[in-house]
Amino acid sequence: MSAAELPTTEFDEPEEAVLPAPLAEPFPTNGFAALASSGVDEGDMVQLLDEQGVLQHDPAFSPYIEALDADTLRGFYRDMAVARRFDSEGTALQRQGELALWVPLTGQEAAQVGSGRASREHDYIFPTYREHAVALTRGLDLADLLRLFRGTSNGGWDPRDKNFHLYTLVLAAQTLHAVGYAMGIQRDIKADPTTEPAAAMVYFGDGASSEGDVHESMVFAASYQAPVVFFCQNNYWAISVPFEVQSRVPLVNRASGYGFPGIRVDGNDVLAVHAVTAWALEHARSGNGPVLIEASTYRLGAHTTADDPTKYRMAAEEEHWRAKDPVARYERYLRESGMADDAFFAQVADEANELATYVRKAVLSMENPDIRDKFADVYGAPHPLVAEELAWFEQYQASFVDAENEGGAA
Amino acid sequence: MTALNTFKLPDVGEGLTEAEIVSWKVKLGDIVAINDVLVEIETAKSIVELPSPYAGMVAQLLVEEGETVPVGTPIISIGSEEPALAKAVPHQGLPDGVVLEAKPLGTQTRPTETETGAKPLVGSGPKADAVQRRPRRGSVAPAAAQVAAAAPAAPAVVVPVPASAPASAPASAEDELRARVLAKPPVRKAAKDLGINLSDVSPTGQRGEVTKKDLLSYQEQRANEQAAAGTFWQPAPAGSASQEQRIERIKVKGVRKATAKAMVDSAFSAPHVSIFVDVDASRTMEFVRRLKTSRDFEGIKVSPLLILAKAVIWAAARNPSVNATWTGDEIIVKHFMNLGIAAATPRGLMVPNIKDAQDLSLKELAIALNDLAVRARAGKTQPAEMQGGSLTITNIGALGIDTGTPIINPGEVAIVAFGTIKQKPWVLDGEVIPRWITTLGGSFDHRVVDGDLSARFMADVAAILEEPALLLE
Repeated sequence: MSAAELPTTEFDEPEEAVLPAPLAEPFPTNGFAALASSGVDEGDMVQLLDEQGVLQHDPAFSPYIEALDADTLRGFYRDMAVARRFDSEGTALQRQGELALWVPLTGQEAAQVGSGRASREHDYIFPTYREHAVALTRGLDLADLLRLFRGTSNGGWDPRDKNFHLYTLVLAAQTLHAVGYAMGIQRDIKADPTTEPAAAMVYFGDGASSEGDVHESMVFAASYQAPVVFFCQNNYWAISVPFEVQSRVPLVNRASGYGFPGIRVDGNDVLAVHAVTAWALEHARSGNGPVLIEASTYRLGAHTTADDPTKYRMAAEEEHWRAKDPVARYERYLRESGMADDAFFAQVADEANELATYVRKAVLSMENPDIRDKFADVYGAPHPLVAEELAWFEQYQASFVDAENEGGAA
Repeated sequence: MTALNTFKLPDVGEGLTEAEIVSWKVKLGDIVAINDVLVEIETAKSIVELPSPYAGMVAQLLVEEGETVPVGTPIISIGSEEPALAKAVPHQGLPDGVVLEAKPLGTQTRPTETETGAKPLVGSGPKADAVQRRPRRGSVAPAAAQVAAAAPAAPAVVVPVPASAPASAPASAEDELRARVLAKPPVRKAAKDLGINLSDVSPTGQRGEVTKKDLLSYQEQRANEQAAAGTFWQPAPAGSASQEQRIERIKVKGVRKATAKAMVDSAFSAPHVSIFVDVDASRTMEFVRRLKTSRDFEGIKVSPLLILAKAVIWAAARNPSVNATWTGDEIIVKHFMNLGIAAATPRGLMVPNIKDAQDLSLKELAIALNDLAVRARAGKTQPAEMQGGSLTITNIGALGIDTGTPIINPGEVAIVAFGTIKQKPWVLDGEVIPRWITTLGGSFDHRVVDGDLSARFMADVAAILEEPALLLE
């Protein structure tokens, strides 16, 4: 993309202000336009590994998988299994009163690992609050994820370290952040054409898709052809609201309304998710604009540890989806293709247990933050008003009978 | 070799306060690993299984199935010893009889100290019950604060008692007054449902009405007091245990400390003389009632305290030595009145003053009193408001007290205590008739104010309460 074509915002100099790129080629290159524009049905989705773990062929996407070596393919399993174990430890820690809340991911491992592994170092990820497996693929210390849920931090890690943004608890707000970031990438490249091409990828759910923020971010992404991939994990339940209430048609169809490609993929098929995301990120990095991916998956557990799914959905539905379990499916594939044996799976299980033990230990040793830090963050230098407010606060805290016990175990 | 780890019922939802123990999945003596399921509980939201945070042997089940307990209650103890080892040698840290003889479940719910012997188990002492609200230090201050409300009450007096609303204290034709308490219908209904007399609640509404919030905080306070009373006395400790655990130590600091110092400084440097006078305040009551219905005073809180404040200002001008400061070398007489009002506030006793009160009209004074009370009640009294006072009133009548001997605010030489106003038999023209009677008490620094002067001053104040029309002179 040459500098002249680069869309700008209204804040730029008038002579440079170019209108958003014309949609002469609304769905460029790979020929997925037909898929997106003709309207996608519930059953239509990219799948490379069927529910029995048998590899299928897809002319467009199979090549992405054929290019991967066995270590990488085994790595997908390792990530998914470790993430699931980590998730169960998170739930246990919450049930033991060590975390205030936990957001389980079980059932969505393939959607997260497949997409996370397709991202590159320079890409920037905007998660919601359930992307524990994506965090794993980005190389985060998973114990850091728990600081937020233990209430010892409002963040927990430096997003710049792994280009993995902080969890966003405000539904859909991160889609706007991602588009803004992607527009920033465009400007970086414009300022310095040798900048490494990169894309932003933002995760959100079927529930968030009903928020106005998603609409606004897609409008801007399309208008400015921003390098962003919208990765929607449709897990069919927005807490207790079923997907049918959110949308009458598969969400992927919305992309055509904004004028960019949308792909629906089996979110429990780690290979298909990986291939589709690799294509989408490349599409975005190459200056072809945004892509919407709808990964059809299922949250097997509760929305968070604070709700009870048996109160709003039938056990039969859960059973139906358990049969499509992404981890079990992929294990069958690895075994039958001869890429992995018992020793490999035992080793992964050990690794997962080690991580769980490590995470438990890390959580129990997390220290309560000092409230004074909050006051210290307000101004660079000492400030009389802040000092007065801190003094008042300390006096207030000291007025409680149990004030001396503050700062002990949470 | 640590003894026992106790698992307290966690909040498994967001903000749950209690849960029912539905069924135990382990029994005494079972060996459990971390994350083994211990128990199934039912909360307001769901039934969940709790995994074990500890590895070891189940030593105690502290809550019976079917029982509902607050979050924070210890429900199970898990020992870290090997069972065989524990059987062989009872450990020091393991109180006799606790672990190994598996008593039938239910017979040993929440062992008390006597049952377990020497030391209480971790977290299973008598303080185990979760409190709904984080307790504050110094129970006196908040208790008084609740209702200190519009009426600056006054623990400056010898008798510290929680306050009640001033407006309601003097009730002429009780029903009539009660009918006059302003409140919106839903608040009225809520008060009725809660069995609360609206006239007992301090109103903070813009037009002097009782708001829902006023009602709820009154209710909460009432509930707290009642709940606290039941658990105040604690049983005698068993055996050699120390009395210490039945003793509550409250650190002296902040306002409490300042109050104590000021009172000692004053009481032991200024020779106090206290005098009292009974007053027929019926005309004051009548005057207040008229003001309340007057269009000029619409939306302004009026109480007998207003008339007393005006009376004190009036009387001080006629007896200037009461409005003074003793320095040792000289007596500083102030030709202005910074009228202090003792107020029980959330932060403790404060004596903010109304600057240049002598310049204020009756209406302005009413507004100033109200502002002062509102700020004091909200704990927003500024230090400047408490400095430079010249004479103080303490309205102990708002607390239902007849009179007392107040201690002079340091730097001043006089303080007036305003007792409650009630109907009493009174002899008028040789006949006993019911009248609204109050008792004024005053303390004076005898270094400055001699007996005759203090008597004249008090008589002047009393004269106004008996005949407020004198203010017009």
